[in-house]
Amino acid sequence: MKYTEGPEIRDAKAPEGPIEGRWEKRKFSARLVNPANKRKLHVIVVGTGLAGGSAAATLGELGYNVTSFCYQDSPRRAHSIAAQGGINAAKNYRGDGDSVYRLFYDTVKGGDFRARESNVYRLAEVSVNIIDQAVAQGVPFAREYGGLLDTRSFGGAQVSRTFYARGQTGQQLLLGAYQALERQIAAGTVTMHTRHEMLDLIVSDGRARGVIVRDMVTGEIERHFADAVVLATGGYGNVFFLSTNAKGCNTTAIWRAHERGAYFANPCYTQIHPTCIPVSGEYQSKLTLMSESLRNDGRVWVPLKKNDTRAPGDIPEEERDYYLERIYPAFGNLVPRDIASRAAKNVCDEGRGVGPGGLGVYLDFRDAINRLGRDAVEKKYGNLFEMYERITGENPYDVPMRIYPAVHYTMGGLWVDYDLQSTIPGLFVIGEANFSDHGANRLGASALMQGLADGYFVLPTTIGDYLADGPFGDVDEEAVAEAEIKVRTKIERLMSVNGTRTPDSFHRELGKLMWDYCGMERTEESLRKALERIPELREEFWQNVKVSGTAEELNQVLEKAGRVADFFDLAELMCLDALIRTESCGGHFRAESQDADGEALRDDENFAHVSAWERTPDGPVLHKEPLEYEYVKMTQRSYK
Amino acid sequence: MTATIERGSATAPVNSPKKAPARKRPGGFLGSSNGKKVVMAVTGAVMVLFLVAHMLGNLKIFFGRDSFNEYAHALRTLLEPIAPYRTLLTILEIVLVVSVVMHMWAAISLSRRASHARPVKYVAKKSQANGYATHIMRFGGATILLFVIWHLLDLTFGVVNPEGFNSTPADRMVSGFDASRWWVTLIYAVAVVMVGLHLRHGIWSAFQTLGWANRNRYRALRVTAAAVSVVLVVGFLAPPLAITFGVIK
Amino acid sequence: MNLTLKVWRQSGPSDAGRMVTYRVEDVSPDMSFLEMLDVLNERLILEGDDPIAFDHDCREGICGMCGMVINGVAHGEQRATTTCQLHMRHFEDDATITIEPWRAAPFPVVKDLVVDRSAFDRIIQAGGFVSVPAGSAPDAHSIPVRKEDADAAFDAATCIGCGACVAACPNGSASLFTAAKITHLSLVPQGQPERLSRAKAMVDQMDAEGFGGCTNTGECTAVCPKGIPLDAIAQMNSDYLKANSK
Repeated sequence: MKYTEGPEIRDAKAPEGPIEGRWEKRKFSARLVNPANKRKLHVIVVGTGLAGGSAAATLGELGYNVTSFCYQDSPRRAHSIAAQGGINAAKNYRGDGDSVYRLFYDTVKGGDFRARESNVYRLAEVSVNIIDQAVAQGVPFAREYGGLLDTRSFGGAQVSRTFYARGQTGQQLLLGAYQALERQIAAGTVTMHTRHEMLDLIVSDGRARGVIVRDMVTGEIERHFADAVVLATGGYGNVFFLSTNAKGCNTTAIWRAHERGAYFANPCYTQIHPTCIPVSGEYQSKLTLMSESLRNDGRVWVPLKKNDTRAPGDIPEEERDYYLERIYPAFGNLVPRDIASRAAKNVCDEGRGVGPGGLGVYLDFRDAINRLGRDAVEKKYGNLFEMYERITGENPYDVPMRIYPAVHYTMGGLWVDYDLQSTIPGLFVIGEANFSDHGANRLGASALMQGLADGYFVLPTTIGDYLADGPFGDVDEEAVAEAEIKVRTKIERLMSVNGTRTPDSFHRELGKLMWDYCGMERTEESLRKALERIPELREEFWQNVKVSGTAEELNQVLEKAGRVADFFDLAELMCLDALIRTESCGGHFRAESQDADGEALRDDENFAHVSAWERTPDGPVLHKEPLEYEYVKMTQRSYK
Repeated sequence: MTATIERGSATAPVNSPKKAPARKRPGGFLGSSNGKKVVMAVTGAVMVLFLVAHMLGNLKIFFGRDSFNEYAHALRTLLEPIAPYRTLLTILEIVLVVSVVMHMWAAISLSRRASHARPVKYVAKKSQANGYATHIMRFGGATILLFVIWHLLDLTFGVVNPEGFNSTPADRMVSGFDASRWWVTLIYAVAVVMVGLHLRHGIWSAFQTLGWANRNRYRALRVTAAAVSVVLVVGFLAPPLAITFGVIK
Repeated sequence: MNLTLKVWRQSGPSDAGRMVTYRVEDVSPDMSFLEMLDVLNERLILEGDDPIAFDHDCREGICGMCGMVINGVAHGEQRATTTCQLHMRHFEDDATITIEPWRAAPFPVVKDLVVDRSAFDRIIQAGGFVSVPAGSAPDAHSIPVRKEDADAAFDAATCIGCGACVAACPNGSASLFTAAKITHLSLVPQGQPERLSRAKAMVDQMDAEGFGGCTNTGECTAVCPKGIPLDAIAQMNSDYLKANSK
């Protein structure tokens, strides 16, 4: 696939000066909107997860006229709800040496020096407000007997800064945001459209001015206008078909915005989560994550011998390889996700994997149960154990869990500046949908933090500065008609192929291809193969897909087909991005770039930049945004 | 009445985009489903207290017909001469009738609400909550009502009693449950058991409805409800069975 | 495994709907219930039939999107389980399985097994929140919360809003759903200022939506995937009574 290189992005609009004062500075310099004018300013927010839900609620509270969309039947169901482990915040309630600076430092380092310092510092700074806000909303975080908030340590951190609500932190935080959103809906500041899917962005006079959506119940194509559009539509992990994302998660909203001119940054950064329940068969429709917090007390091991088919209980201690503890004595089972995932892949590649197909490793609680007692373990992880048993039919109190890595989170996304504004003026992107603050790898319990930081605190400030110039007047009718025709044409095309394969079968094949060639480990050869195969498969899709029913009704096959079509294009860009980034960093591991121990080897000289892709009729254009580190010294990550 | 609550220092202008509710808003506390449940609980409690007193009174028959008749008479002359004959009894009767009517009104109203809430029935439906008693409340209530009518005609007004109205209460009772009229005893027994089942759920349910139940009390409440029901059933069945089997003559 | 499915098919809100029988073969016991339906749907699409529409999203038991009445029981007979978490190993080979949508007037059928549960959102709109605009919160440690209260609040707050309680209730009551939110917010200090007005507003909204009244049968808690306890309803009743006696 051919690409050209365009001009570098030199200014991401972060304020200058000491890092501690930058966000304060930006908050002060951002223009305010007269309260009387806010009602006249219309903002569209697409997606109602932690980022979108909290943003819509907060913008409503501020008095803007907000319209919100989600594809689910209720805003409460966005996939943020499935986050289990917790949310980081630099509260230092434990007095264990945590601070905003340390969270900032850990996040930059954890992101393998591929995130912007200014953004990450702001994230760490705002993290403390999130906990305050959530507690005030009544979020029932875990507490200690003294009535204070409990915390735990989480993958990649040596301080205890993760706040949690049993294994359902995402659910509780999302419900907090959802309730705030419903409050604004009742107050009339937010108009909610559920079961609506965004299919295109309306750009008029160079500004994002609205969206084309499909009412998923009636099939009606609707146009909605605004002075600014916020995308909070989550990540694109479902390009792999099997992932821990919800079935409905898709790239369509951000992809179609990309087609309208928004740059797509670092598409190849994919996070593979080390603790998921392994695949059990061909029919598998999704993967279920077991919270990473399990690694606090569970010990990961495989048999020393290859192809050892004995039951785990029959394998004596000396024939077990607690490989994470062995290779990484300092962090042991708590090494960052990418390292834990790759280590699992390596032992399975050696033939030491367990379970069906040899694609699994043990996560054993035997020692924890002996040390803490079964009750204590049950209190901490009861619901996770139950979930595991429900899916596998095995009881983890008696038999070690089997886990295997699975696609979990995508660090890449639409490029945004410090204000979270994309390259299209008026188009803001928040949460997992932007390329965000996690660099090449996200630390555990940081996704919830970022989504809520963006939605409650950052966007509501920065969007005001943009809206201070509004309202922006009438939307160009031609631009609207063009977008609507584009959407209708695509739907008609999908409906008219009438081939012999279902959208799901294409999706499954694409996903397998991506997992094999652009998954945990990537090579030039595998990526070239993928780049050859994807266009062929896409061609077949457009010739041979079968969509039943009509476009004027609830049609889940049509919805799926449209999403798969966009996944093809995205997959291609991911592979291209992965191909030209010949270094290994964070969630992107190029087999060609590793040190003698098999660890990821960064190439800071050539790749200390964000790769922001522009889509043009002549193919993709790469814009590099150089990354500079003033505060955290770039070092090769080591968790040994 | 409005369904939205005060929003404190709302930072946004408030208007109401709320979709028109599916059904007309009911009026006031008694119009709400919870209000009706409270009516059921309170009136039910009144009737339970009545049943306890009634049962204790019935047991007087074991101390002889005179004792029973004296008790019946005392009910009518209590508070005399301060108040006229039958004052207390009349007040009690009014309270009871009002309770019965309101209990029935609330039950019918809730039942209509329930059938509106599920216009299309399930093809297959399986109960998951164990508790036979909970599922026969409405049927049980209707059965008990029929019985009460019969019971009043029999022993209060004597219309269907062999002794007729102009007889002593004890005579009516003893003749009514005579062995030759075994079927009366049978109807009575069935009805009393039905009352017991009704109360086993009803007593517990009243506590739940009034918000006095919680998970630490559930066991105790269920045991209490069952115990009260059993005591009432036994207490009510003892005299007629004793008469039918000739223990009391 | 081979199965016979009897599935409720209804093309839209105005269609009367009917049960349709399908045969599904070679079902793996490790499949989830929804994966079994996926397999059937893939076949239906290729045969030119309309696949069975059903709601689903996270497929890990937390989003609350899925839900069907399986053999007469909401989410199937496996306790404390959502439909997506139900696995075929709990069914016998050659079994006949009936599948129906949630049936309640406030949950009109959209298509097949898909129902409209927006009534739940409107109940939350009526008062299921703490009025605290972003940025106005005091430090999280300024009010300690007893661990027992936090835990009990959490138990109630785990409600996923799936609607199984309504589907199972012989009265079509939404009491467990409404009570779960009222109880969650009644148990934390942050929820106190609006406690009574919240209970009143939410219960009245529940009535206005056309749900039935609670008769304490306990069917709801028996099918609740999160095991929301029945005493939540007692808590709601208590708050509602207090709100009305003021």
